[in-house]
Amino acid sequence: MDKTANSAAVEGTFAVEILGAEISTELRKRIETLSGQKVMSCYQCGECTAGCPMAFAMDIMPNRVMRMAQLGCATPLLESASIWLCAGCETCATRCPKEVELSRVMDALREIAVTDGVRGRESDILKFHKAFLDAVHRHGRVHEVSMLARYKLATGKLFTDMILGAKMFAKGKLALKPNKVKDVDEVRRIFEQLGGKR
Amino acid sequence: MRYAYFPGCSLHSTAKEYEASTRAVCAALGVELQEITDWNCCGATSGHSLNHELSVALPARNLGLAEKMGADVVAPCAACYNRMRGAEQTMKTDSQLRQRINALLANPYGGGVSVLPLVQILANLGDEAIATAVKKPLEGLRVACYYGCLMVRPPKVLGFDDAEHPVSLDNIMRALGAEPADWHYKTECCGGSFSLTRSDLVEKLTFDILSRAKDAGADVVATACPLCQANLDMRQEAAAKEYGKELGLPILYFTELMAIALDLPGAKDTLKSHMVAASIGS
Repeated sequence: MDKTANSAAVEGTFAVEILGAEISTELRKRIETLSGQKVMSCYQCGECTAGCPMAFAMDIMPNRVMRMAQLGCATPLLESASIWLCAGCETCATRCPKEVELSRVMDALREIAVTDGVRGRESDILKFHKAFLDAVHRHGRVHEVSMLARYKLATGKLFTDMILGAKMFAKGKLALKPNKVKDVDEVRRIFEQLGGKR
Repeated sequence: MRYAYFPGCSLHSTAKEYEASTRAVCAALGVELQEITDWNCCGATSGHSLNHELSVALPARNLGLAEKMGADVVAPCAACYNRMRGAEQTMKTDSQLRQRINALLANPYGGGVSVLPLVQILANLGDEAIATAVKKPLEGLRVACYYGCLMVRPPKVLGFDDAEHPVSLDNIMRALGAEPADWHYKTECCGGSFSLTRSDLVEKLTFDILSRAKDAGADVVATACPLCQANLDMRQEAAAKEYGKELGLPILYFTELMAIALDLPGAKDTLKSHMVAASIGS
């Protein structure tokens, strides 16, 4: 391929990546409603990708997530690892020159993925979040030991971190008795009325 | 000064050192902490990751309880502070959501109290007040102050210190007689809740942060977040092994260093439960 060619030279080939995904406005509107963000404001400066601590592990770069959100490419976005690998560090939202909070867009994409039942990559991360919120629903507070147990059972990762866990236990860092909220019914009502699909 | 104290879930277990040192330091400096009765989990990362309205409602219940107490909320945990402060803002600006959430609460929130990070209420006492209370200055101790993400970002929501170059912890360390390290990874992410799900990523981020702290000549790292402390402390050995560089940096809560400098009884007891051993002072 002649990379210096600027004119419409016939010699060689010109590689174009074609995204085989549907383009629609429906996804963009859902994202805008959930996130409160003006998705079309993004002009692809790349500041978010440059500052993202998890970009090195992502399959779709943060700025490309925004572009695909603008175009409404639902399938690749909702199935991506990127939306689950976002750490919620808010570096993107802090630095965006157009004041777009990509962190909120990521939240919206996660919420849509769960609502639509999309089986994405990094399913263990979703299982963690569900184990965490189940613990909150149960006692009103997260009892770390039972939350850990639930997560490990759900993912089959029974033996990872066993040595670390033993050390933590020996140092008294894992409280066995759960701390409970007395008015846990109020917490559960919050989940029922606002918690969406769990 | 009386505050509605919100410990959050981890301060009663994995971050018990933070709770113990916070209570001791506040008592010594005349800051009254009254724990919010029957507080609930703020939702942390998992809340906002799965449902926006839930992530506002869970903290809002605590805000209503604090308003009934008539005191501003103080949260030592950076994540709790971040979620509660965000909920404070949302409840004040989104009237529709505020109504729907308040309808579910026995103690609705009307915007009468605010949320502050622990660092702020201690910093507000002033460097002189802290320096005066110091009995054993941390002379010769170089401290890398690690702020992490959620205590300073996003600035539009939090309005505390500086999102890129914060100094509040550095000032406290200076008041304690220590030397804050000059380093540039103060606000780089530790990986947060990926501690359990993708510890490989946390190891990389931990290594990136701690090797810079080490290169800046730090003897110890000071944190203000239970998850940052857990990641930098508990994943340190694995990170050092994985990336082939010795780290050996004790990771302490900034309040533990304060307790030691103020020479409070039992100040060094909390050091024992950390993974990376620390011996500060004599």
